[in-house]
Amino acid sequence: MSNRPISEDDLHAYVDHALEAERQAEVAAYLEGHPDVAQRVASFSDQRSMLRAALAPIAEEPLPPQLNLSRIIESKRRRPASFRWAIAAMLMLAIGGVGGWAIRGATEAPTGGLAALAQEASDSYHVYASDRTRPVELRDSTELAAWVSSRLRQQVKLPDLSKSGYRFMGGRVVPTAHGPAAMFMYDDDRGERLVVLTRPMTSDQNAPMAPHSGNDVAGFSWADGGMGYSLVGPGAAEQLKPLANEIRKQAQSI
Amino acid sequence: MNDMLRQIEPVIPALRRYARALVRNRAAADDLVQDCLERAVSHWEQRRDTGSPKSWLFAILHNLAVNQFRGAAARARHVSIDEAGEHEFGQNAVQEQQLIYQDVLAKLAKLPEEQRAVLLLIAVEDLSYAEAAKVLNIPIGTVMSRLSRARERLQQELEKPADNQQGNVVQLRSKP
Repeated sequence: MSNRPISEDDLHAYVDHALEAERQAEVAAYLEGHPDVAQRVASFSDQRSMLRAALAPIAEEPLPPQLNLSRIIESKRRRPASFRWAIAAMLMLAIGGVGGWAIRGATEAPTGGLAALAQEASDSYHVYASDRTRPVELRDSTELAAWVSSRLRQQVKLPDLSKSGYRFMGGRVVPTAHGPAAMFMYDDDRGERLVVLTRPMTSDQNAPMAPHSGNDVAGFSWADGGMGYSLVGPGAAEQLKPLANEIRKQAQSI
Repeated sequence: MNDMLRQIEPVIPALRRYARALVRNRAAADDLVQDCLERAVSHWEQRRDTGSPKSWLFAILHNLAVNQFRGAAARARHVSIDEAGEHEFGQNAVQEQQLIYQDVLAKLAKLPEEQRAVLLLIAVEDLSYAEAAKVLNIPIGTVMSRLSRARERLQQELEKPADNQQGNVVQLRSKP
């Protein structure tokens, strides 16, 4: 018998049959002596069996035709997903005017800074990453690069995150209080989506990379040479850091 | 190719069950599973974990479901109550049992989505705590605390009297 105190985690693992035999016996012995705890644990076990019983019939239903895996594989084979956006993205061709630059700076407002950019990126993430019908406006990277470059009056390069396991989905121009911004979307093999937002900065024209989080999303924002970038995704900011570094590196190599 | 078929196919019934328990609507759940399978087929070669594909498939499905929830947070609530009639669940059960099951599922549906997901993955789909953490992309400690909160909360709900009126109240409230 070990002397380790019984924890809440032990109680749940006991209910889920996830303990080693020895620990299972220790918890059982503990429950013998603590009827009130035993009652709670018993009610958790009851929940477990009820849920399993209530949901079991679903798994026994015959599969509908739409879930026929052989057919899904077959149709994928007929239409191979030979998207070459990522490669095309490297061939940034757009012609961007630099005209707007001259008047920049006159209308500086503190709200144009990095914090605002991070907020705009989070907003875009919430609106577009959850869209299953039309998350992006354009999927063709060449066309998209030309479009956003002309709207932002900047040569905009589409970040390629394929080496990090994220596929380029497409993008669109989105409105912000500081003019048009370009939004790019990516997803990985688990369907997790990321959003990159970029626009010319009115303040914080050069700003070091800063993490931000809130409202279910996290990300990094920074600015280089007047252009601001913000990467936003679900989960913890730390996990996005290598991606943010990659995007920054690519953007600097224009 | 056969390998992919052999490894994915046995998981499909469990994916359907999880999807339906999350979205409570047969057609919407099967659409999610279909999306999940299409993605799994396209990304089969790129999957990172070489072990059992079960948690990988659940992760894809879960992300698709969450994306959908986030996009339609308000709408989803209408769908879940209005369209998820009793016939969405357990048709084979004996009537009395069926009522108990419906009650459990209705109360499960009142849990916050993040708690519901943890409870379903662990208590119903038999994922280990580590696998559930991977599917949900959260630390194991968070899995444990959500599981604990889910069970306490469901217990509170279950101790309330089971009646049909509650269902009606929710239904009225959810009408646009």
